[in-house]
This record gives sequence, structure tokens and C-alpha cells, in this order.
Amino acid sequence: MRLLNYLKFNKPTSANIAKERLQIIISHERSRRNNTELLALMQQELLEVIAKYLNMNTSAISEQVKVELERRGDSSVLELNITLPDEELALTNS
Amino acid sequence: MARIIVVTSGKGGVGKTTTSAAIGTGLALRGFKTVIIDFDVGLRNLDLIMGCERRVVFDFVNLINDEAKLQQALIRDKRVENLYILPASQTRDKDALTEEGVARVLDELAKDFEYIICDSPAGIERGALMALYFADEAIIVTNPEVSSVRDSDRILGILASKSKRAEENLPPIKQHLLLTRYSPTRVSRGEMLSLADVEDILSVPLLGVIPESQAVLKASNSGVPVIMDSESDAGQAYGDAVARLLGEEHPFRFINLQKNGLLKRIFGSKSKEELPV
Ligand SMILES: Nc1ncnc2c1ncn2[C@@H]1O[C@H](COP(=O)(O)OP(=O)(O)O)[C@@H](O)[C@H]1O
Ligand SMILES: [Mg+2]
Repeated sequence: MRLLNYLKFNKPTSANIAKERLQIIISHERSRRNNTELLALMQQELLEVIAKYLNMNTSAISEQVKVELERRGDSSVLELNITLPDEELALTNS
Repeated sequence: MARIIVVTSGKGGVGKTTTSAAIGTGLALRGFKTVIIDFDVGLRNLDLIMGCERRVVFDFVNLINDEAKLQQALIRDKRVENLYILPASQTRDKDALTEEGVARVLDELAKDFEYIICDSPAGIERGALMALYFADEAIIVTNPEVSSVRDSDRILGILASKSKRAEENLPPIKQHLLLTRYSPTRVSRGEMLSLADVEDILSVPLLGVIPESQAVLKASNSGVPVIMDSESDAGQAYGDAVARLLGEEHPFRFINLQKNGLLKRIFGSKSKEELPV
């Protein structure tokens, strides 16, 4: 019995390999999914904040604000691009 | 209140239609008024598996387009009381399933039925999304094979983000894992992912394990859902799954090698073994 275990231990079966590969790819895909969801949430909240301080409603502003997540090597870069139309520059509380 | 259950998987050919037919029939045999809807627009097959292909006159898309009444499109099963089938259309129009249309048909069915089983097409496009959008519960059909398991995980992500329950912040869709085409012999040889492996990876509560079985082809040949073959392993395994769906507890069968106690003891622990990293 112990010998058998030993033999098995050294020789991963194709099912063992399948499991290991699946665990890696699925945890990778899950974390990417979570990132996209969080990003969508953050984008929504950023829009609300911007809409609050500029004289615009959320639907109008959503076209002028772009949030993008980019991977560069080991790190990720979050890019926030806001286009301010001239006449809207005046902040509401100024 | 009707329960809407989607049978889904991402990957094609894993046993969704076989499962929809078996579970739907099983629920009706238990006395629940049940309808099985084929969402596979363009590739309808449920009618063949249920043996009612020659009785299709109107279909799901006719209902959505208001071209037929519910009573005209529903096919009453001739063998099992309380069981109805709503066939898919053969149209090539991918946009035939509109969200409003599907919602309207489901609402109408919900007045009359206790269980609505949605047989999803493969993929993650419109048909599959519509099949799962309104679901209260999901049966995720998975084969013990890498691409099927991965696709099942993708579907779990979609259930959690793109369903009505997710979008409206309602309690989440209740998920059930159904492992099908399982071969204990191949698992014991280390050639197939084990039940424990798949549960480990997906962590979804297990509804049932359906063995790879010759009874399935025999059943589809004759247009009789395999659950009605109560002598067969697959038929019994589906019967157990229906019982669990209804909240009963049953031990899992057909998951271990039947004969050869010694072999079983030697190989039985294989799946729990960790790889040396
Ligand atoms: N438990 C099983 N044992 C053997 N063959 C099966 C089993 N389940 C499904 N099949 C076969 O697999 C094929 C695909 O099944 P089907 O239910 O049409 O899958 P899907 O709807 O997911 O595309 C069919 O030929 C069917 O007979
Ligand atoms: Mg199918």
C-alpha cells in the first residue's frame, strides 16, 4: 500500500494535471472578473462625484468620462479621462 | 409561485437537453405541473428527446411575436400527466428572443405552472443569456473534462452578474452542480477528473452525478426521457437528482467502482492526493 502510494505520488495522472491546470486558469479568470466588476462600480461612483461637482447630469457626463484599466508588466494603471466642455467649467459651488 | 430553473453549461454537448428532459419529466412524475422550454432557437432538439417532434405546430418565437396563443404552442406530453413542452423555433433570426417577449411568455406560464425548466443553448450569446436571465435556480451541467469545467465557471460568473436577480440586487440564483457522463472506472485509473476535483474547483452544491450510460442513447433513440427508464443507472441517478431538487436527501450513487473492493480502497483516495509542487 505504501509503495503504491509512493509510486502514485511521483507520477501525477492526467487527471491530476487537469485539476492543477484548471485551478490556475480559473483562479486567474475569477480575479479578472472581479476586477472588471469593481471597475464598473468605481466608474459609476466616479461619475456620480463628477456630476455632483459639475453642472451636469450623470447621463450627459458618462460620454465625457472614460475610465480604463491597463496592465503594464507587473502593475495595472487606472486611467481617468475627463473632457470638460468650456461652458461647463464653472463648478456649481464656486 | 412558479420556480424558473435554467439548465445551463456554456459548453455544448454536455447533456443539457438530456437533463432538461429528465428533470422536467421527473418533476411532473412527482405531480408538479411542469413545462420545459427549448431556448435553442435554430437548433431545436428537445422535441426529439421528448418524442413529440411530429406534434410541433407553433413555437416559442410564435408566442413572443403574438402569432399564436399559449394553448396552441404548448405540447402536452402523452405519457406523463402535468408535463408540457414548448418547442424552439427553427428561425435563423438570433434576435427573435427579446427580453420583453421572454418575460411576457414566462409571466403567462407562471400563472399556470409550478416549474418552468429552461433548456439553454450552448455559448454565452443571446439565447443562453435569455435562458438564464429570469431564473430562480440554475442547474450547471458539467462533464469531468477541462473545457467543460472552465465553461461552467464562466457561466457561474454570468449568473452572478448578468441575471435579473443580480441586476436588481435580489437574492442570488440558487446554484446546483450536476456532473454528467461520469465514469468511475476512468476516474479510478486517473484518466478523468473526479467528483471531488470538480467540486473543489467549482464549489457549487452538488445536485447529482449522472454516470456515462448506454441508456441515454437508447432513450434518445426512442424519444423517451431517460428518467422513465427506471431500471437504468442514468435514469435512477436523475431520479435522485429530482428528489434532491425537492429538498430530499439521498446518498450519491454510481460514483464508485461497484465491484472489486480492494481496488476501490487502493485507488479511492487518489483524488484527495496533493501534487508535490
Ligand atoms: N450520461 C450520459 N451518458 C452517455 N451519453 C450522454 C449522457 N448525457 C448525454 N449524453 C449524450 O451526449 C450528447 C449530447 O447531449 P445533449 O443533452 O444533447 O447535450 P447539450 O444539450 O448540452 O448539447 C447526446 O448524444 C447524448 O446522448
Ligand atoms: Mg441542447
